[in-house]
Parts: sequence; C-alpha cells; structure tokens
Amino acid sequence: MPEPTDMHTAAARPAPEIVKRNKALSVSPLKASSTLGATLAFLGMNRCMPMLHGSQGCTAFGKIFFIQHFRDPMPIQTTAMDQVSTIMGGDAAVVEGLATICEKQHPALIGIPTTGLVETQGADVRRAVRQFRSAHPEYDDVAVVPVSTPDYVGCLETGFNAAVKAIIEELVPKATVAGTRPGRRKRQVNILPGSHLTVGDIEFLKDLLERFRLRPVLLPDISDSLDGHLVDADYSPITIGGTLLEELATLGDAAATLVIGNSMNGAADALKARTGVPDYRFPHLMGLDAVDRLVMTLAEISAEPVPERIERQRSQLQDAMLDAHFSVGQGRFAIAGDADLLVALSDLVASMGAETVAAVAPSNAPALKQVRTAQVKIGDLEDLEQAARANGAEVMICNSHGTHTAERLGIPLLRAGFPQFDLVGGYARCWIGYQGTRNTIFELANTMLGLEKGEIHPYRSTLKQWPEAERAA
Amino acid sequence: MKQKDIAALLDEPACAHNSKAKTGCAKPKPGATAGGCSFDGAQIALLPIADVAHIVHGSIACAGNSWDNRGARSSGPKLYKLGMTTDLTEQDVIMGRGEKRLFHAIKQAIDSYQPAAVFVYNTCVPALIGDDVDAVCKAATERWGTPVVSVDAAGFYGTKNLGNRIAGESMVKQVCGTREPDPVPEGIEKDGFKVHDVTLVGEYNIAGELWHVLPLLDELGLRVLCTLSGDGRFREVQTMHRSEVNMMVCSKAMINVARKLQEAFGTPWFEGSFYGVADVSQSLRDFARIIGDPDLSTRTEALIAREEARIDKALAPWRERLAGRRVLLYTGGVKSWSIVAALQDLGMTVVASGTRKSTEEDKARIRALMGEDAVMLDEGNPRKLLDICREQNVDILIAGGRNMYTALKARIPFLDINQEREFGYAGYDGMLELARQLCLTMESPIWPAVRSAPPWQIPQQPLDEKRLPEPMATQASTPAPTPTASAATASPSASAEQTAAAPSDEEPATHA
Repeated sequence: MPEPTDMHTAAARPAPEIVKRNKALSVSPLKASSTLGATLAFLGMNRCMPMLHGSQGCTAFGKIFFIQHFRDPMPIQTTAMDQVSTIMGGDAAVVEGLATICEKQHPALIGIPTTGLVETQGADVRRAVRQFRSAHPEYDDVAVVPVSTPDYVGCLETGFNAAVKAIIEELVPKATVAGTRPGRRKRQVNILPGSHLTVGDIEFLKDLLERFRLRPVLLPDISDSLDGHLVDADYSPITIGGTLLEELATLGDAAATLVIGNSMNGAADALKARTGVPDYRFPHLMGLDAVDRLVMTLAEISAEPVPERIERQRSQLQDAMLDAHFSVGQGRFAIAGDADLLVALSDLVASMGAETVAAVAPSNAPALKQVRTAQVKIGDLEDLEQAARANGAEVMICNSHGTHTAERLGIPLLRAGFPQFDLVGGYARCWIGYQGTRNTIFELANTMLGLEKGEIHPYRSTLKQWPEAERAA
Repeated sequence: MKQKDIAALLDEPACAHNSKAKTGCAKPKPGATAGGCSFDGAQIALLPIADVAHIVHGSIACAGNSWDNRGARSSGPKLYKLGMTTDLTEQDVIMGRGEKRLFHAIKQAIDSYQPAAVFVYNTCVPALIGDDVDAVCKAATERWGTPVVSVDAAGFYGTKNLGNRIAGESMVKQVCGTREPDPVPEGIEKDGFKVHDVTLVGEYNIAGELWHVLPLLDELGLRVLCTLSGDGRFREVQTMHRSEVNMMVCSKAMINVARKLQEAFGTPWFEGSFYGVADVSQSLRDFARIIGDPDLSTRTEALIAREEARIDKALAPWRERLAGRRVLLYTGGVKSWSIVAALQDLGMTVVASGTRKSTEEDKARIRALMGEDAVMLDEGNPRKLLDICREQNVDILIAGGRNMYTALKARIPFLDINQEREFGYAGYDGMLELARQLCLTMESPIWPAVRSAPPWQIPQQPLDEKRLPEPMATQASTPAPTPTASAATASPSASAEQTAAAPSDEEPATHA
C-alpha cells in the first residue's frame, strides 16, 4: 500500500492571484451561509433533526432554500429567539427546544448550528446542552452536537466541514478509549464527502467502492436521506435516511478513509487524530486524472484488480474527450462557486483545453490557490458579471442565482452548486467519475456548439452577376 | 426599534385578534415553530416595489439564503430582483464597522444603479450591536439626495406578521404624502366618466395576477395610485395619501396601513379579495359603493354582468371535470373563506379549512359557506393534514408551498396557493387558471403509478397470464434459474457484476 498522501499535484502550476473583497455592498450574493452548510451535514445523518440556534427566520429561509433545491420536505427546527431571549440570554430557548424535539419526535441526533445572532450575543451552547442533560436525563439516548457557524464567517462548505468535524469530535470514540484498530474491518472504507458532491455523486461513489468489494461508510450520507425517494410511511418529522449513529463507532476499524474536497481537511484531521485510520485526500473527482487517482487508490486498498467495466468507462471518457475537444477547446468559461467546486470545474475545463477567464468564490479558502485561472475574486455575481464581460466569457457555470447574470451577459448557463431552484433533479446529477465527467463534457460541448463559433457570414459581392430577384436584397 | 413601538404595532385595534385575551400573535415555541421572522415579513411586503434598491443590512444568511425566490412580477424595472446586502464580516461585527459599511453601501447602490429610492432592512446582528440604521439612512438621504428609507425589522423582534406591519408603518411614516399624484392623462375623463383614485394594499402581483384585475379597474376609471406593493414604484407609494378608497387585498398583514391612512387622511377602506368570481364582483361593487358615484355603479354592474356571463361559459367544461371533488384547504386569513367560495363555485366540496391566522369574522364567513359544522383547523402540522386527507377521502390538498412536499411524499395531489406559486389565480380569468391547475394535478396519470407497490412484493395471487410476457409465463412451472446458472450463461464481464456485492466486514477477502 502506498503512503497515504495529499493527492494534489498542482505544485508546479502558478497559483492564481486572490483578489479580496473591496466594496461595501454585495450585489447578487453568491454566498450561502455556513449555518446552512452545517444544516446540510446534519441532514445527511439518520433520524436527525437540525435545530438552528437563532431567530425563526434563519430556519424558515434555510428550509425554503433546501426544499427548493431537493424538492422534498426538510426537517429543520429553530430555537425561535425573540427579544427577551436575545437580550437576556438564549440558554433557556436551547433547553426548551431540545426537550420539545425529544418529546415530540425522539430523534437519534439533534444538531445545533449557531447563527450570527447568537454568536454576536455570545451564546455558550455547550453550557446550555449541559443544562439540558441535567434537567432531562430521560433523553440521554438522544445525541446532541452543537457547532459554531456564525453566518458572518465562511460559507456553505466551511459550515459543512465544521459540522462533520463536530460530529466526529462528539460521537466518534478515540481509538485509545474504544479499542478500535485501523484495518480490523479490512473491507470498510470511510468517506468524508465534501459539500460540493451531489446526491448523484455520492451514489456513484458508493457503487464504485462496491465494485471493488469494499464497504463504504459515509459521513454524512445525503444520498441516503436527500435522494428524493418515497417510503411506505406518508410522513416523517425527522430525516428518513443518512449515516447511522451506530456506524460512527466503526469508523476507527476501517482500512482507510477517503476525503473528497480540500474543505474537509479539518474534519479529516480530527478523524485521523482520533482513530489513526490512514486517509487519502482528493481535491475533487472530476476529470480523467482525478478519477484515475481514485481508481488506483481503491485498487490498492482493496487489493482487487480494476473491474473491466471501469476500464471500459475510462476508455469511453477518452473517446468523449476526442469528440468534444474541437468544440470545448479554447472555450472561455466564467465559473462561480465555493472553493472545492471552483477547483474541480476549473480543472475539468482546463483538461479540455478551455480556459476559466472569470472565477469568483464567496469566501476565501486555502484551496483557491489551486484554481486553474489567472485570478480569483472573492465576491458576488456582480463581480463575476464584470469579469466575464471584460474577458469575453462564452459560457457560465454557477448556481441558479446566475440565471439573470447569464441573461444579461447573453451567454448560456450550466447550473452547479447550491441552490438550484429552477432546475428539476439538479441534486441527482452525477458530475464525478469517468461517466459523470463524460456527461459533463458532452454538455459543455453541446453548449459550445450552440454558440456558432467561427461562423462566417455571407459576403455579398458588388460585382457578382446576381439574378434579378436577389439583386435588391 | 423600541419596545414600546413594537407593542404599539402589536396592538392593532382594527384586527379582530385584538379582542381575544392575547394581543397579537402567540410567542413562538423553541423546537416547534414554523414560519418566518420579522425581517422576512418586512422584506416580502416591500420587495415587489420594483425601482427601489433593497439593501439588507446584515450578515449573509438574511439576504444570501433568501434572495431571488419570490414570484412577484414587474412590468418594468428589474432592480428589485437584485439581491443587495452589506454581507457583514466578523471584523465588521467586532470592530463596529457596520454603520460605515452601510453608508458606503448606500452610495454604491445609488452610483451603480440610480434607484428611485433605497430601502434599508435592519437585521439581527446589526440590531444587536447597536447600529443606528435610522441615522445612517437620514445622513445618506441628506448627502446624496436619493430618499433612503429605514425598515427596522430585525428577525428577533418577532413574527413575520409583525414584520409586515413594520414595513407598512415605514411606508406610511416615511414615504406616503411626499409627492402629489400626476394629473390624470388627458382625453380619458369625459362627461359622466370621472377617474377615481384608489390603492390596493397587500397585493403582491404574484405570478402577474394583478394584470388579470387591472384591465377591469382601468375600464371602470379606477386609477390605482399605488399597489402596496406588487409591480409598485416608489413614486406611487409617495402618493397613497390621495386615494379615495383603500382596498385591503386578501390579507390582514398590513391592516395598520389602512387604519393609519384613515386616521391621517380620512380615507375609507374595505377588505376584499380578487379570488373567485363572486369575490371579484363584490370587490368591484365595494369600490363603487364607497366612492358613491352613481355613474360608476351603473358601469360596474354592467361590467360584472358581462364578465360573469363570459367566465361562466368558459368555466362550464371545467366545472364538469371538477364536480364533487373533495378539497382540504389550509391557508390563512381572508383566503380561508374567499378560496372556499371559489372552489365551491367550481363545484368542489371543501371538507375543511385552515383557520390558524383567521379572525372570528373570517370563521363566521367560513360557517356561512360551509355550514355550521364546518371543520376548521386551528393547527395544521403535516401529520394532522395528512390524517384528514385520509379520513375525508380528500382528492387534493390546497396549501402554501411549505406543505407541498408533505403532500407529495404522501402521494396526495397538491396545489400551491401562497407566495411562491408560479400561477396567478386572481380576477375572473384567474379562475380559469385555477381550474386548469387543479385538473392538471388531480387528473394526472401518475397517481396510480406512484402509489403502486413493486409487483414482486404483492402477495402471490393466481397467476394473471396476461400481465406476464409470454416466455416467462410458459416457464412458470419450471424452477426459477439460480443466480449462478444465469451468470454462467452470461459474458465474463457480467459475471464480475454479479459478484460485486461487498462481503461482510470481518470475512477474509476471497483473494487474500
């Protein structure tokens, strides 16, 4: 088995210039709050109820945000901070909220992402949870994980990582205490999937591991809870799928951990420190090179040959790259998204000989140095619009908020990231792996073909012997 | 905003809820609360004013998670569609730079977009750190000459409803009466045809439904000085005080606006709805009655007779399709009875209506329509709604978008009646759209399919030979082929597929 390493190979490439925010007003915001990132992570846990610690609007907005994206009901609650609890302290609201949820729904886990309101107030959620524990021992079987995610810091992917890290630190036992041993479960591989992965991406990943006779355990697993499936029961007030809490005790026995996305490094470090399970980190899984690294890694962990089907898919991707490079090559793309998604898409575009001529991320992250472009702006869609116009972008890749921007620019939009409220099934699309990459390349190629590039318009010679009927025209 | 101002807003003498023991709306319970905050309510109420730069002063969640998700339409400017926020950072919060950032943000919005006005919405974080938003707006107005209006409705002040009222209050106090209406365009007023000025309060032009109603008002010579706020412009809001009569459309959310305009300018107001044929006609009659112009009354009756005859004919085929269908209606306020009337008009049976936000007066009207033993739902959690659907053999649930996926998960047809919907149901022609949408979902062929269990899970019944393909039916007497047998006959790559299922964890791998 090779030494687990950081798989990134971009060291030789010049890093882009990172231009920080320099204006007072954010116009057409790209950013979704870190609170929602944490909420998304909790929604990937089985029998869970996230309870946002803030005013009720924080939850109402988040609920609509996720409902419009996933087109499913979303179990999210609120501590419903009002004037009194805002001024006098919100501990009682946390205790009351926890007790109410335990009494009504009795979930396995309650996650408590905080908001800007209570972080400004200086809330000590851990103390409130201790109060709840001593006041309500009857609910000791309900796990509670608070996580600090003020919305004035970071963005969706940072909040997602923070929640996964908090779940690990609260609920994954230390190897020294629980006696777990890396590799005891030879076929188990843990996966920490970044927030840029869709439900479709994660389904693909699980399937791929199973082809190598490996047992994937995901933390969290939104593909099991937010995949839009129907169950026999007509209604559930809590999540109807996702990572089982019991599974968390087995993470320390796994043969390896796969970490997808630079944003997950914090959670990955925490898991490794507690369990000692070796990890393999991937910035993303789009494009031939990235998927090759993943497949090689799985072959080594599993000591299995690469299945023929996978080899076939790889050659299909190669064929698609041949077919599509005429239309995608030299294409000029404007891309906006959280850092991991931006790195992934810029890599994919570059691998086809196209260029990212405008790149915007909603907040700064170390991974932005890996974006394959000359300059990354920390900002909003107004910034993207200006850069795209200045640099002659031909296609835009962004979440649904980019619709109006793309209209004004007069260029097509490919929707990626959160939220996708004007697209049915955006959450189910698979972007990664050989097949996912191939489908994206097809779509990029078809989009570019629609642009009529290189079209030569008719020249009407003044000397030509025109038939009478054509002469006037 | 000061506690006594909030208390004053909660004490609304024109609202029937006031007469109950509690004042205003109940305090939300942690862990069991649905619905938005005051900021949400304020933003919804004013965002449709199309030529205004709407700046959300706060950290990202308030604007970032909510912009661009409402269906209010504009016939002109698109400025209101741009999400704008000061997107406060941790440094801004710690160093107290919020006011300064806001001041510059207002300038940036004016320089970049030349708005008719700027509205600044306060939110929780700046309210807590004590940013003086009123003072910043005042200073900005003086410095740059563009009106800057402060809407101080931070989320923790209370409910969405309070936010609606704060928004209305801001308009009445800071905008109404700052301009006189334009003269009526020449050539329109003739002998016996006088133009009267009216306003519509609480009409949001969702999906453009206002445009089903405006042609009727135009025909009658009723000039809508201002809608608060659908397809509105700042200069229209400025002239609201000159209205002869104000109509509260389908909602008590901004009832304080109507009451305060009556107190300050003596403008009479009435509550009405543009949903359902009878209610549209009634609203038109109310305008004529309060204005008291006999000629207007005559023309109104003529228009109603013509439109009702026209729509009656157009609706006839739809009524046949909808007759006897059973509806559970879960919405609030005026809609809890006005929609009942509309559905009954289509020949449907309303088995129950939600009354969480309805007043005693609303409930009396429900009883008048549905009978004394009408089922009224004070609390509509998803579980309860679904149970009623089952018990009452409901054909369709009509509610707000929040309940849409609750219904769909339970495989029950659904129609969205609130803010986020994509179709307009107002006016006479809106009824056609309503009928069309009702049929679209209820008559869809998907329902038996989505309710079906996998056929292999249905307990063995006598073999229905017609349902099985021929070769299988003839093999039914022979034992089913085993997986290994089928793998042996398949290609090598397929056999790899067959064995791809992961073994249990502790089991040694076969290759080891």
